[in-house]
Formats: sequence, C-alpha cells, structure tokens
Amino acid sequence: VTTTENENAAPATNQVNLTVNGREITAEKGELLIKAAQEHGIYIPRFCWHERMKPVGMCRMCLVQVDGMRGFPPACTTPVADGMVAHTDTPEVKKIQDGVLEFLLINHPLDCPVCDRGGECPLQDQTLAFGPGESRFSEEKRHFEKPIPLSGLVLLDRERCIQCGRCTRFAEEIAGDPLIDFGERSDRMQVTTYPDHPFASHFSGNTVQICPVGALLSKPYRFKARPWDLTTAETTCTTCAVGCRGALQSSSNRLVRLLGVDLDAVNQGWLCDKGRYGYDWVHADERVIEPQVREGDRPTEVSWPEALERVASEITRALDLHGPSSVALLGGARGSNEDAYSWVRLVKGVIGTDNVDAQLGDGLPPEVVLGLPRAEIDDLDRAAGIIVLAPDLKEELPVLFLRAKQAAITKKVPLLDLAPLDVGLTPYASSVLRTVPGEEGVVAERVVAALNASPNGAPAPDDPIATFAAAVRERSGPVVVVLGRVSVAQSSASTVHAAAALAGLPDVLFLSALRRGNVRGALEVGGAPGFLPGGVTLDAGREWFSQNWQRVPSEVGLDAEGILRAAASGAVRVLVLLGSDPISDYPDADLARRALDGAAFVVSVDAFASESSRRADVFLPCTVWGEKGGTTTNLEGRVQRLGRKVSPEGTTMDDWRIAGELAVRLGDDFDLEFVDEVTDEIAKVAPGHLGATAALLRRVRDGVVLPLREHLDEIRLRTRDLNILSEDGHAVSWDPIRSEAVVPAGSTAAVEAAGAGGNVNITPDAGDPNEPPDVAARSVDDARAESERAAREAPALHVWDRSATTAEAPARDGYALRLVSPRTLYDGGRIVTCTPALASLRHDVALLVHPHDLANIGVAEGDRVRVTSSRASVTIAVQTHPSVPAGIAALPFTADGKGAAELIDTTTMVTDLRIETVK
Amino acid sequence: VTTATTNGFSETRIVTRRLHERPDDSWTIDGSLASGGYKMLETVLRKGDPSLAQAAVSASGLRGRGGANFVTGQKWSFLPEGVYPRYLVVNGDEGEPSTFKDRMLLERDPHQLLEGIAIACYAIQCNLAFIYCRGEFALGHDRVTQAIADAKAKGYLGKDILGSGFDLDLVVHRGAGAYICGEETALLESLEGERGMPRLKPPFPAIEGLYAKPTVVNNVETLSTLPHIVAMGGDDYAKIGINRSTGTRICSLSGHVKNPGNYEIAYGCTFRDIIYGLGGGIRDNRELKFFLPGGASFQWLRAEHLDEPYDMDHASQKLGTSLGSGALMVFDETTDPVAVAWRLAKFYAHESCGKCTPCREGTGWAEKILYRILKGYARPSDFEMLCDVVDNISPNFMNAPFNQTTLCPLGPSVASPVASLNKYFKDEIMERLAANADAEVPA
Repeated sequence: VTTTENENAAPATNQVNLTVNGREITAEKGELLIKAAQEHGIYIPRFCWHERMKPVGMCRMCLVQVDGMRGFPPACTTPVADGMVAHTDTPEVKKIQDGVLEFLLINHPLDCPVCDRGGECPLQDQTLAFGPGESRFSEEKRHFEKPIPLSGLVLLDRERCIQCGRCTRFAEEIAGDPLIDFGERSDRMQVTTYPDHPFASHFSGNTVQICPVGALLSKPYRFKARPWDLTTAETTCTTCAVGCRGALQSSSNRLVRLLGVDLDAVNQGWLCDKGRYGYDWVHADERVIEPQVREGDRPTEVSWPEALERVASEITRALDLHGPSSVALLGGARGSNEDAYSWVRLVKGVIGTDNVDAQLGDGLPPEVVLGLPRAEIDDLDRAAGIIVLAPDLKEELPVLFLRAKQAAITKKVPLLDLAPLDVGLTPYASSVLRTVPGEEGVVAERVVAALNASPNGAPAPDDPIATFAAAVRERSGPVVVVLGRVSVAQSSASTVHAAAALAGLPDVLFLSALRRGNVRGALEVGGAPGFLPGGVTLDAGREWFSQNWQRVPSEVGLDAEGILRAAASGAVRVLVLLGSDPISDYPDADLARRALDGAAFVVSVDAFASESSRRADVFLPCTVWGEKGGTTTNLEGRVQRLGRKVSPEGTTMDDWRIAGELAVRLGDDFDLEFVDEVTDEIAKVAPGHLGATAALLRRVRDGVVLPLREHLDEIRLRTRDLNILSEDGHAVSWDPIRSEAVVPAGSTAAVEAAGAGGNVNITPDAGDPNEPPDVAARSVDDARAESERAAREAPALHVWDRSATTAEAPARDGYALRLVSPRTLYDGGRIVTCTPALASLRHDVALLVHPHDLANIGVAEGDRVRVTSSRASVTIAVQTHPSVPAGIAALPFTADGKGAAELIDTTTMVTDLRIETVK
Repeated sequence: VTTATTNGFSETRIVTRRLHERPDDSWTIDGSLASGGYKMLETVLRKGDPSLAQAAVSASGLRGRGGANFVTGQKWSFLPEGVYPRYLVVNGDEGEPSTFKDRMLLERDPHQLLEGIAIACYAIQCNLAFIYCRGEFALGHDRVTQAIADAKAKGYLGKDILGSGFDLDLVVHRGAGAYICGEETALLESLEGERGMPRLKPPFPAIEGLYAKPTVVNNVETLSTLPHIVAMGGDDYAKIGINRSTGTRICSLSGHVKNPGNYEIAYGCTFRDIIYGLGGGIRDNRELKFFLPGGASFQWLRAEHLDEPYDMDHASQKLGTSLGSGALMVFDETTDPVAVAWRLAKFYAHESCGKCTPCREGTGWAEKILYRILKGYARPSDFEMLCDVVDNISPNFMNAPFNQTTLCPLGPSVASPVASLNKYFKDEIMERLAANADAEVPA
C-alpha cells in the first residue's frame, strides 16, 4: 500500500493550519516548513536541504521569519505548527537571501561557461531568482588544484564547492560509506577523502547528481555535453531487477547521462553506479549491428530476410523431424516484457514447445517465485521484521540494499541476516546468523519455530534467532522475506525448502531477489517451463490461451539445466539464446559449452558477440536499453515503461519484432506493429496483467503492480511532469532544486479537488495540458473494467503448493570447504566490460577463506592453490578474509566462464572444495 | 575570602585564594587538602541530598563564566527528569582572545575544579564527567590528569566517594586547536570524535547532548566556584556583587595597562577600578583610546564608559555590549583601531568552522576589506560595504541584542569590531580614505 503526496484520507488530528506569506495552508504535523511551503507552491530557496536526507541548516539560504520566533529560523529545520505565521518574502528575508547568495559566490569561480553544471545549476538558477544582481567582491578568490579525483568515477572541483555537505551526508547517511568528509575549516573547508581510501562506493554517482553546483563531476560525463543540448526520456534502469526510475539523456544521438528520478516506491531518487554509468556499452564498437550467419568458423554478414529465413527453415525442419520439444529458448530476462512475451508466444504459441527458461540456473523455480505472497519494496518500511536470505543485495540489487538499510535504520525494523558470510547489510542487521549453504531450509524452520513460539522471557543474547523473534513480536506488520539464491554454487533446493517453511508464517510476504534486469517480467509473461503469460500455469491457462494463440504446449517443458542437458545430448536440435550467454553466465560453464556444441542449430539474439553467440549458426542483432520502448517488471512486480532515447545502431531490431518476423515465417501473423500494441496484447491476454495497457502505463506515476487486479487502489496518475523535464522534454533542472518558484499553475488545486471527490485516489493528469482530464481517468476505468472481466473469466493465478517441499541438508565433509560463489557489482558482464568507466572498477578475484583454514592448508596469503571440486580442478590465488567463516570458501562468480563456473557442480545441492598446495 | 589591594582598589579572592596563598603547591593534592580542599564535597555528600547542592547553586544566582553568562542553576534545571545516564561536560577550551583565567585555574588549582565537578555531578546525579581541555594547555592537562589520579587515590573520585555510595569517573580530552570547540555543541561533536562544528538547536544539550544523552556543559571557572558557594551558602554568595551579577569574576586584564594579569573582582565595581586600580593605569601614562570589555566578541567601550558598573545586565542592556568571558583588553591613544578590528576579523575568519555560509565566507571577506582599509587602499564606499557585509552575518548588527544569519555566535562576533569602528571611529576612517574617493567606480 503506497501513500500519495496528496493524501486526503489522513485524520484531521495530524493536520495543522498555518499561514505562509499571507496564504493559509494545511500541512502534516511535524512536516518541515520548507517542504510544506513547497507543496503549496511557495518555493523557499535552498542548497543543503535535500528531501531524502536529514536537515542540517548549513547553507542558511532558507532563512525565513516566523511570528513569535526570534531572529531568522531556517525553513529546513523548522517544523510547521498550528497557527504558525511565516514570511518568506519580507524585505529582511530578501536581504538575507541576497547576502547568502553573495557570500556563496565570492569564492565561487564563476567558470560557468566551462562547467558541466552550467545551464542546470541550482546556484545559477537561485542566484537569478533570489540573488544580488552583481558582485561587490574585489579580492582574490581562493584557489585549488582542479579537479581532483575522489574515485574512479567522481571528480571534485573544490573551487566550485559551496560546502553544503550534501555529498558527505549522502555518503554517510544514505550509502553507509562515510568515505568523504570535510577537511580544513573556514573558507578553506573542502570535501576530502581519507588518506589512501578513495570514495569507492557503489553509490558515488548520486553525489554528483545532488551536488547543487559543478563541484562534483562524473568522469564519464565531464565535458561531454551542455545541458541545453540534452534531450531526456524517462526510463527504467534494467541493470538489475530493482527497476530504478531514471531520466536518460542523450546528445547527438549518444547516451551521455542517466539521472535518478525520485520514485517513492522504489529508488527514491538514488541509483547505483553501475546503473548510472552503465550506458556507454550501448555505443560500444563491439556491438554486432547486422545479422550474421556462420559459414564454417567465420560469421558472415547477411540481410535480415536471409537470416530470418534460415532460422525459420531450421525450426520448421526440427519441428517436422523431431517435434516441438526439439526446440528450446534460453533467456529473455534482459529485455522488455514485450520482448519476452513475443518470444514466449512464438515458442509456446506457434512452435508449441514449453522448453523456455528466462533464468540461467541461478534463480528460483518459477512456481515458487510466481506463487508466493508478494511483498512490495515499501513493505520493508512497515515490516515487523525482515529476513534476508538472498545474495549480497549491495552487490546484486544495490538500491534494494539502500531500502532495506533504510528500513533497518530509520524505521528500526529488526533484520535477520542469514547469509553464509558478511554482506553489505550485515552492519545494519539486528541479528546475524551465518548459514552454511545447503542448510537454509533447516535454519528457516528454526526461525519459523521461534517466531511462532509464545514469548518466553528474554531471549538469550547469543541466540540471533530468538533475539530476532522477540524483536518481531514487539512490532506489528508482516514479516518480509527477501528471498533468493545466496550463491550460484548451490542448487535452489535448500532455498525452496526455506521458502516453504517461511511461507507457513501467519503474515509473511516475499520479495524475490533474482538476477537480471527483467527476470520478473519474463517470468510473469511465461518465460518459464510450466507457465503461460500472466502468472497462470500451463494447465490452468490452456483453455484461455487457446482462444488467443494458435496453440498451447501440451506438456511442461524443460528448465535451463534440462534444456542444456537436452541440447548436449542432441535432443534439443534448435537452441535459441535470447540475450543469454550460458557459457559465461550459467553456473556450469562446461555443460553450457557441451550444450552449444551438441545443439544442431543455435540462434543467438544478442547485441554482442559473446562466448556463446560466437558458436551460434545465426546471429540476430537486437536493439538494447535506450534504443527501445516497452515495459519492464521489477522484482516486486511493478510494471514501468522504458524510455527510447537514441535510434538503434545499424539495422538492429527489437526482440519482440524479431519474434514477430519469425512467427510470420512459421505461419502465424501476430499483427503487432508498435511496441505499445504488444503491451496492449499482454494487457488483454495475460491474466495478471489484464488492464495494464500502454495508455494506462503512460499516465501512471509509479507504474502498476502485478497482478493489477489486486493493486488497482494503488494506481496514481501523474499529477505533473517530472520536475526534471520541461514540457518540451528538455531538462531544466532537477528536483528538488529548481528555479521556478511554483508547481505548474492549477495542478495543486486540481489534485486536491480530484482526491477529495473520487472514491479511489485517482487524480487527473494535470501535467499534460493537451490531454483532457477525463481521458486519463478513463484509462483507469478501463483498467478496472478489464480487471473485473479478469475476475470473471480469466484463469486463476498460480499459488504455490508448498506442502510437498522438503530437502535434506547435505552432510558436511570435514576436509572440504563449502563453496560460496556470490556475484559482484562489477563483474565480467558486457555492461561492465564495454563501459570504460566501469571496466576499471573490476577486481581480480581470489579464493577467500578463513585464516584458520589458510593455516590448515599450509600456505601463505596470496599463494596459489589447487582447488578441486567434483567437476574440475583449477589453480587460483587464496586470501584470507575476516568475513568468511571457517569451513567456507568464497569465490566470486565472474561471468567469464572461469573459476567458479568451472568448479560448480549443478547436479548436487552444494559444491564442496578440496584445496591443496601446488608445488 | 581574602582581599588584595592595589591603587586603592581591592580584589575579592575566592576562587583564586588558594593559588595566591600557596604559590608553590596549590595544584597538588597535599596543597589542596592543607587548605580545605574537598571539604565541601564531603559536606555535600554527608548531607546526602543532591537537591540541597542544587538549591545552593540556584540561590547563589551564579551565571556561567564562559561568556554567555547563562544562569547555572537554570541550565541544570533543563535536564529532563528521570533520564539517565546524563553527563557533565567541563568546557576547558578557553580560546577567546585575551582570556586566560581558565588556564590559570587548570594549571594552578585543578583540585578546586575537581571538587566543583564532583559537587555538580552529585547535584545533577551524573556519574561520568568529561573535561574538554584546550589542546594547547599542556601543563593544565597534565596537572588535571595528575590531580584526578591523586583524588582517586584518596577516594575523592571514583567508586563510592567517601563512603557515600556516589560514583564519579572522569575523562580528560584534549582539544586539537579549534576555537569553535569552545561552543558547547561543537565541543560535544568534537568530544564524540566528530569534526568540531556546532549542532542545530534544538535539541539543546540538556535534552540530547553528549552521545544523545542529557548533558550539562559548564565552564571551568563556573565549576571552580561551586565549593565556595557550598561553603558560604548560596544566599551569602549572592550578596557579593550587584543586581543579577552575583559573586566574583576573574578578570583577564591585558593590553596597554601597566599591570596586566588575572584579577578576581566582585561584580559591581567600575571599569576604572579594574583598569586604573588593579591594572595601574595605561602604560607610559598615555590616554585610553578604547577597551574591549568582555573578550574579543563584543562591542568596544571608551573612556566615557570607565565609570559604568561592571555588571552583566548593565553591559548588555545599557552599553550594547557584554562582559563575555571576563577579559578586558585595553588600547591606548597610539592604537590604530582599524588594525585591532582587522586582527580580530582575521582571528574569526581563521577560526570559522566552515559549516554555515555567512560565517565561512563573510568573516574572510570582512577581514579582506578591513585589511584594505588598514593599508589605505580602500575607497570610502568600502567601509559602507563592510558594514553591509557584516549586516548580512548579523542583521541590524549596530544594535544589541545581536541577530544572526549563522548557526552559532562565532560569525556575528566579527560584527562587534566593525560596529565599534562605525560607532566611534567612522569619521577618522573616512578621512583616511578620502584620498581614494576619486578611485570610486562610477555607478
């Protein structure tokens, strides 16, 4: 359940009435004056205040006068009170505003013509709106070497800095990486790193975005464009499955910047550095931009018709000779919902096989993901407790890490960390229990028992589960489980076992922590064996889909591992890789290699020539993020639109269109011309999506959450365009700092009126002057009608039957170390390796063990050792790490088919390693 | 109470009695015990009622000797009831230019301070106190540290003091050379290991102070007075002095006087008593040009004020200044007031912590303009500009009580010398700059 900025349902006792500049306004008790005034169109200038951080009152730009209060209180630290009378535009206040801006400018270099921020600079904007006309300062300004690097991504120009402390506060308060702070004092005060510790934070780029001047600079963006040359499209980041909202900007048809947009329900304005800076790969020279057919060992460029004909004829041949089960589709979790849906329709509804898996053997079974009670990210804040049984969120789902950390700190939600070794959330966890891989189910059963037990005195302080359970009992709200496969070195069995146990709690919700940007979206549109689009099983949806599709597979197909084994054995003849690279990405690289060798015909739909696609017989080059529209679904099931910002490279095609082209050649015409038509088809046929039309998605502010019929009340129409955009789509400045002192005229009143009158919290689209309000409202009515139809006609959504699930924890071998293979943010994937700014952030990996284990092996720190699993032996450097418990060996999964990918045995529940010295 | 008379005016030695009487061992435990040390702590503990000590302090009318002159008993009364632990923090970061009395007390009578701390802690029921000692006070730090060890060994500090069941432990922390850390909230930040910058208020330290616990911050001299208040009784102590300025004050007298030094005087005397009586008058019998009546941060006074009473409320309400930290800096007729103003501004610009804009940027700018005026290459309009710049730090700065656009009073302190120049020496300055009038930039 989300709240809106115009919540009218709040009880009257929480409201206070005050007067600002003679205008009577109503605000929530305790709200800061600066915010309350802004909500009512009265802009008080500011630099240090940021809506998402604690106020500090440093810059003194927001000083106002309040009747009955002495002097000039800062609006950013003054809570509203009933009957308060505040003035923000008296001559006294205006003189202070003039004075503070003059002070800020005396040491500011005013090198705006060569400053990245020039043209979108809050200091410029507010000087124009509130500052003095000219400078009286005739002395020498302070000088520093400029710029200096704070990290590989962020540069600092100390001359431009106005010492507002936004960056230092962000680093400590939001990111939890207090690596930058102020040094020196008086007008020599400067932001600095600590000696030998660069600002190596996964979130460092946010400081550049919230810097109110051009002091912090993004290395990749520096001198790349002027803001007035940029055009902007709102979009969703697809680097991971969190689905952060962003504003994607390009200049001369090249992506140059992604800014975080404040979507309250998801990223609250923040982005991780991989998401923020991961755009150069779109234009990388390594992109393959024309179709290729492999003749012998050499790929040859061919025309699209030729390539498509070749694929269609191979599929037709396989169907004729071996039947539908000889075709399989692997991948689809990196594109849009429309891409995944069209390919699912092609493979399941035209070819007729259920051999489709969007996950690459490193996630959770679809019946679990789609069938558990779902949490939204916001539920973390209202949870009675959070159980994290998932990969290191800081590395794999960074902004979800920020949200969980925030819930633990600001909402004081008890958090139980069950990871096998220290993770990013560990310092914020109220209870930590190191769980050996494979024993997750057993541990979860203990957690459930403790939570269900009646209170029995104070818990033993050394019992994390009892401590957590006691803390949870003190609170109300659901228990939210962040559930994912902790490492790729273990099968999903023990995690499924844990899920089955935890699902037995009386009030529990699950957030799936899965890999790849649109994995949830792909699963929701049927990108998994046994499922059809919209969260219904093959059996349940067969009749419904028979009305819309040519055919529906007769039996449940293979998952990723099954597909690869079938390909290796020759049973799968035609293997389609939809943006997937199993050799680099599948936990068992050897199986992936054998599969690609064994399949008679391999089609790769991809943007790059990968280890896997190099072995493909036909390469179909697709468009990528930034080049295409459509929608994605984040890990909580929130559907949001993608922004198309640059034209595609070469003759690349959207994946969904490629599927459509093949369908025509296989005898079925999808008749889908534009991507919105695909969105609308999903909204028409997928039971969970019913009503989620392109028209609705264009108008909603926060996307829509699936299944839509259960979340209709959460729909909020956009009340205005993003502050970041002007009406013609050009960036003007970013929220919350902007020069225009008012929200677009009339919108506030319009919102209030609609909120008060309607029975749902639907507000007319006041942000789009060209659209009559009733059109937007109608799109919600349509959604409602569709969802009602769904309730009557569509098949029931899948619910997981957890009763049959148990898994025995594998025995531990006293001579072996159990492998944990986490993924890291900067891995060997294309986003990193083809983006120069990120490629340099990769680290060499080493096997990490506990100091005792290193001593047992009898080698020194950094020595190379021979590591043997049931699959292979590799030689690698070994290091100790204090976060690794005894008996565990950690080796990051590097997405290059080496190291962990050679050792992991996917046929067993866990992978144990023996380590020997090498002579 | 002892008195020492110079030029017909007498000191009233209460807090400084021991260090004058025992110049060779006033700082040792033996010297202290031989002259009544810890007797009053014993008395307070024996009575067994913290509220009695509190009542004595309230009755004494004691006001803080750090510079803000806030009523000590009232400060204590802001502590929320029933919230523990609470802390006493001793502000020994005496950094105000021309102020050197806490240094003397730390170096020459640390046991008196410790006794005062123990009495205060008992009164407010606090079991852990922190002494924030200015980093440059090496000798003071060493002597306080030694004194704590000695007092602990004798049972005047530590567990179960004198069998009363009252525990008190002390932590001594050395500052690292920042004037701002004398501001109580910046001091707390620094004590917590953070960068010394003032906090937003509210919450006030009494509610959320050190480590977010209720905290009282008191000055060294303030606490050193407590044993004597206990000894004399609050009411009798209040009889010393004048009006709401009760008791004695250690006056750090410096500048162009014949006998600079620390003098403990009873409130109610005149500035003339201090400068011409105790100080022996102006060096070489020159004329007094002006003097700073309360440290560096308040407006100056001139010869016509010499017979005004040394009274805190009188200074702030009638004279538009303050007795501040109790330091008197005296300047004779040979002084260039612009040089003094510039040097003070330079101090504030150097010591500005950098947290808030008007102080960080404005003090430095004021210093630069004053330097140009001092060197004679400013335009007449520059003085007007200087006044306006200072007005943006401390709106309406010519009139007390001062206002501020800053977080703390450091920035507005630079307004005092400028206001003083404007009040007394404007014609003189304009005359000096008249030659540059032609250099005026045309409008």
